Amino acid sequence: MNFDPRYSGRNFTSVGTRPIRPDGVDKVTGRARYGADFNMAGQLVGRVLRSPHAHATIRKIDTSKAEKLPGVKAVITAADLPDLTDGDAAMYDILDNCMARKKALYDGHAVAAVAAVDARTARQALKLIEVDYEVLPHVTDVDEAMKHSAPVLNDTIFTEGVEEKPARPSNVTTRTQYGHGDIHKGFGQADYVVERSFKTEQTHQGYIEPHACVANVSSDGTADLWVCTQGHFVYRQHCAQLLGMEASKLRVTSSEIGGGFGGKTHVWAEPVALALSRKAGRPVKLVMTRDEVFRASGPTSATSIDVRIGASKDGTITAAEATLRYSCGPYAGMWAEIGAMTAFACYRLENVKTVGYEVLVNRPKTAAYRAPSAPMAAFAVESTVDELAKEIGIDPVEFRIRNAAQEGTRSSYGPVYGPIGIGPTLEAAKNHPHMKAPLGKNQGRGMACGFWFNFGGQTCTDLNIGMDGSVSLAVGTVDVGGSRASLSLVAAEELGIAYEQVKAVVADTSSLGYNDMTDGSRGTFSSSMATISAARNAIKILRERAAQTWDIPVEDVVWEKGHAIAKGEKYGNLAALSLREIAAASGKTGGPIAGHSELVADGAGVSFATHICDIEVDPETGATRVLRYTVVQDAGKAVHPTYVEGQYQGGAAQGIGWALNEEYIYGKDGRLQNPGFLDYRIPVCSDLPMIDTQILEIPNPNHPYGVRGVGETSIVPPLAAIANAVSNAAGVRMTHIPMSPPRILAAIEAERGG
Amino acid sequence: MAGVAVSTTINGDSIEYLCQPDETLLDVLRDRLGLTGAKEGCGTGDCGACSIILDDRLVCSCLVLGAEAEGRRVETIEGMAHGDTLHPLQQKFLEHAALQCGICTPGFLIAAKDLLAKNPDPTEEEIRFGLAGNLCRCTGYDKIVRAVQDAANVMKGA
Amino acid sequence: MRYIRPLSMEDAVGQLAGSSGTAAILAGGSDLLVRMKGGFIEPDLIVDIKAIDGLGEIRETAEGYSIGAAVSCALMGESAALKREWPGVVEAAKLIGSKQVQGRCTIVGNLCNASPAADSVPALVAAGARALIAGPGGKRTVAVEAVPTGPGKTSLAKGEIIEAILLDRRAPRSGDAYLRFIPRTEMDIAVVSAGVNLTLDEAGVVKAARVALGAVAATVLLVEEAAEALIGRKLDEAALERLAKVCSGACRPIDDKRGTVEFRRKVAGVLARRAATTAYARAGGK
Repeated sequence: MNFDPRYSGRNFTSVGTRPIRPDGVDKVTGRARYGADFNMAGQLVGRVLRSPHAHATIRKIDTSKAEKLPGVKAVITAADLPDLTDGDAAMYDILDNCMARKKALYDGHAVAAVAAVDARTARQALKLIEVDYEVLPHVTDVDEAMKHSAPVLNDTIFTEGVEEKPARPSNVTTRTQYGHGDIHKGFGQADYVVERSFKTEQTHQGYIEPHACVANVSSDGTADLWVCTQGHFVYRQHCAQLLGMEASKLRVTSSEIGGGFGGKTHVWAEPVALALSRKAGRPVKLVMTRDEVFRASGPTSATSIDVRIGASKDGTITAAEATLRYSCGPYAGMWAEIGAMTAFACYRLENVKTVGYEVLVNRPKTAAYRAPSAPMAAFAVESTVDELAKEIGIDPVEFRIRNAAQEGTRSSYGPVYGPIGIGPTLEAAKNHPHMKAPLGKNQGRGMACGFWFNFGGQTCTDLNIGMDGSVSLAVGTVDVGGSRASLSLVAAEELGIAYEQVKAVVADTSSLGYNDMTDGSRGTFSSSMATISAARNAIKILRERAAQTWDIPVEDVVWEKGHAIAKGEKYGNLAALSLREIAAASGKTGGPIAGHSELVADGAGVSFATHICDIEVDPETGATRVLRYTVVQDAGKAVHPTYVEGQYQGGAAQGIGWALNEEYIYGKDGRLQNPGFLDYRIPVCSDLPMIDTQILEIPNPNHPYGVRGVGETSIVPPLAAIANAVSNAAGVRMTHIPMSPPRILAAIEAERGG
Repeated sequence: MAGVAVSTTINGDSIEYLCQPDETLLDVLRDRLGLTGAKEGCGTGDCGACSIILDDRLVCSCLVLGAEAEGRRVETIEGMAHGDTLHPLQQKFLEHAALQCGICTPGFLIAAKDLLAKNPDPTEEEIRFGLAGNLCRCTGYDKIVRAVQDAANVMKGA
Repeated sequence: MRYIRPLSMEDAVGQLAGSSGTAAILAGGSDLLVRMKGGFIEPDLIVDIKAIDGLGEIRETAEGYSIGAAVSCALMGESAALKREWPGVVEAAKLIGSKQVQGRCTIVGNLCNASPAADSVPALVAAGARALIAGPGGKRTVAVEAVPTGPGKTSLAKGEIIEAILLDRRAPRSGDAYLRFIPRTEMDIAVVSAGVNLTLDEAGVVKAARVALGAVAATVLLVEEAAEALIGRKLDEAALERLAKVCSGACRPIDDKRGTVEFRRKVAGVLARRAATTAYARAGGK
């Protein structure tokens, strides 16, 4: 049956309610099994040796002493993970990042690994591995790395995206450009032009669960991997490719996941665990320490951004321009490109140009972090928008409303928008009581907007109806924050049965077709689409079985409220058949009843949010306090509103941490100074106020229920909203994130000193 | 290294185990006794995911040696519910969706239980500071604080 | 590696004195276990002192208070008498780590860890606290500021254990206070800190003062010039200004991941001033 994903207005029974999640009891009783909670008989402990140098040639690795230590069962280096990537540059980078081949490219880069009978032996073995390094000059700052004088990380990199191939290699891998119109003309029409430069420091997703896996490679070429991941199918592909296995022979089971936020979309140590298991012939459990998570998983980019915006006296933006430089770690990425795409996405612009530069530095490989690249661009743009509004003398909310993108606007990154939520979130913010609440001394209010694309992607779902009428839903998108509840609601809605009749599970890679990972805010969007499709397929069979029972044409059977109903007066004597009744008889009417769905969920509706916050600044110390915070965001349709609120609140909290305190701090030696939760300061409970949320529902035309992804957009506005609030409170424009107390105090003192 | 023999009480049960002198109580609970409800988020006492109650004191089990449990009383998340009846805090965490990924949840529940035992009627500020040793990266804490407030009300009425 | 839990101070001292290799004293463990986890220390002998009689108690003596080496900071916070007489010391002790860490950590451990940023130390120094030390040669008492000699280093000899911290009984019209600056509201190490301890005369004039600063030098600083700025005055604006200036000037800070030289200098003065204001009010000054 062809699946029609278009939105059709309907009244919901289950969708929009707030039931308890199906995996809840296990999680409040300690029974839920996360990455490190699984063990196998005879398992070994895996540990990784990491480079203490930011940049060094690996001349030689001598593992002989470690191999001789009693209890050590395998020692591996890059030689045990030969290059099978066959010219696939992105996969080669992943391989090299998992185990350094010729050079260590950052403090924490894996150079060898061991598997031993216990943790103590493994630790001792690491100390016995001798690595002969030739230490090279390093660079960790994004602006420094772009200079001609900077040490070059990879001499095969010649900047792409420029008209002429550069004469010499550099750390700039790619230049990208977006926009339309003529900015020179636009700036010529401007009565006011504001130009500012900004920096943001590197942050980490900060999931509480470190990466963990148990790998078991059998001598017959099959293998199992238990792992905390946002995408077990992607992990399977990557691990199989790097280890030279057939994908179908590697079964990957996703554990419960203790937070990912983009950081568990990428293999870091899993291929290493598999290689150790293969060599040792035993299962290997590999759990990163917190120190390793910070040093050697994938934080976000550090950035340096210039923004210039011009407007006419009446408050219309005439031109907008941004240059964005994003650090990628030692391997090419497309982080600046995403920043360049999102920077001005909130606005209706005739003349806009953004240029992005991807920059290599001696830091860990950048990975996605919740709406990756967008928060930094929004910080720079929304700060400049505030400054420009001030120059013109227009209220910053009004200024944004006047220039907000709308249906039919050509976005700054190309596509023309359908129905979107930027205008409505701004209007809601304008009318929110928060906007009118009085402020005290040293307090300031800020607001900002944010945009995220959202993503759909490949999705596969099975819906099986048991003979007792209960429904098991097997999905392939990892549940990172309650999606089993929302998908159960969707199945219940479509089938017309109670939520409690549905049980959703995340299936392993051998039980279901390929699924893209849970990223791009796609979990509920795409899997709900697949669930609706699977349910509709199951309904078709349910109707057929009813028709068979009644011996009438299937065309005369409709499905309503969980029942097959024979339609038409001639069937007046036929009582409706419930799903339970049809299921109970299924053994005699043709066997098990199931619905399947394999689709590419296109049409993830773009998402917008507006945030408001109040901050108090202590002018003597630069200390800040978040007094009040409000999130307004379009959800399309909130399937489980409580978990939608949770996404809004969680994104805001991460953004608050990023804005105020979180940052990677490197020493002059290129080593990370703060690889722990003591000095990488994520917000604690007493740092935050309640976070108010307002859910707007502007249906996504490309989803049957109007659903849009909600997970990521909420982290986009906070950096800017807080920067605007701090700047208003402190009386000085803050241009460097995080706005830590020393930076705020220095800015205040500089302003005072004139 | 000689193992240390330990007799202790865990969730009301007498338990004996042998551990290494440098082994933490968290490792003993998870790796020797199969009580994996306490999680290791940092191993340095900064995240609270391994929270347990040791002789009526809330502690991080990653900062206690297994050997130190000798003759003491240990309470973990596995002992919080009575049979199949959840503790009011567990129930309220579910109702308020006070968890997303859930990795921090056992630690929060233990810390909240300790908080309410010592202060049955906490203000929002007291809850926030009382739970400041437990990191949550998913929720922004809003729903956690509300769940604890709601549980406190239920427990006062009980 | 061996773990022992002696029942007497004599035994503990003897075991420590007789040990070869690295020996570590375990009370709360909130520093020791972190260092072990990070591989910074691999002790051959761990001496758990919590089973030693009396070490887990806060005792009121004729002279004042004796806080045993195994007394957790949480327990200090539950002592109404201690809180009444030495609120600054107790609030400093209660700022170390989280509730979880509070249940384990001790002020003796905080002192012996010898971090310049230790929270309880500036308050103890300001309070004029003394450390009672047991060792192979018998017992001795020293001012707490004599214990740390630099980051991670103490003046304790092999086999010596701090048995208790001694605080005097309070003179009338006395008050102390401790403030630290951290970027978050909890869980951080002090970027800069100040402890102030004042005794007033009947007219509200400062009769005695001690001012200590943390995280601005290799060890906690007892700033005598700052005390002099307050003595003989009623804590007017000029006295506070002078206090702040002297404190900022006394700092010998470094730039590190937690703060800059400029920030620490400036905020040391701000905190000293604020702590002095609180201590003055606690002493009954108006």
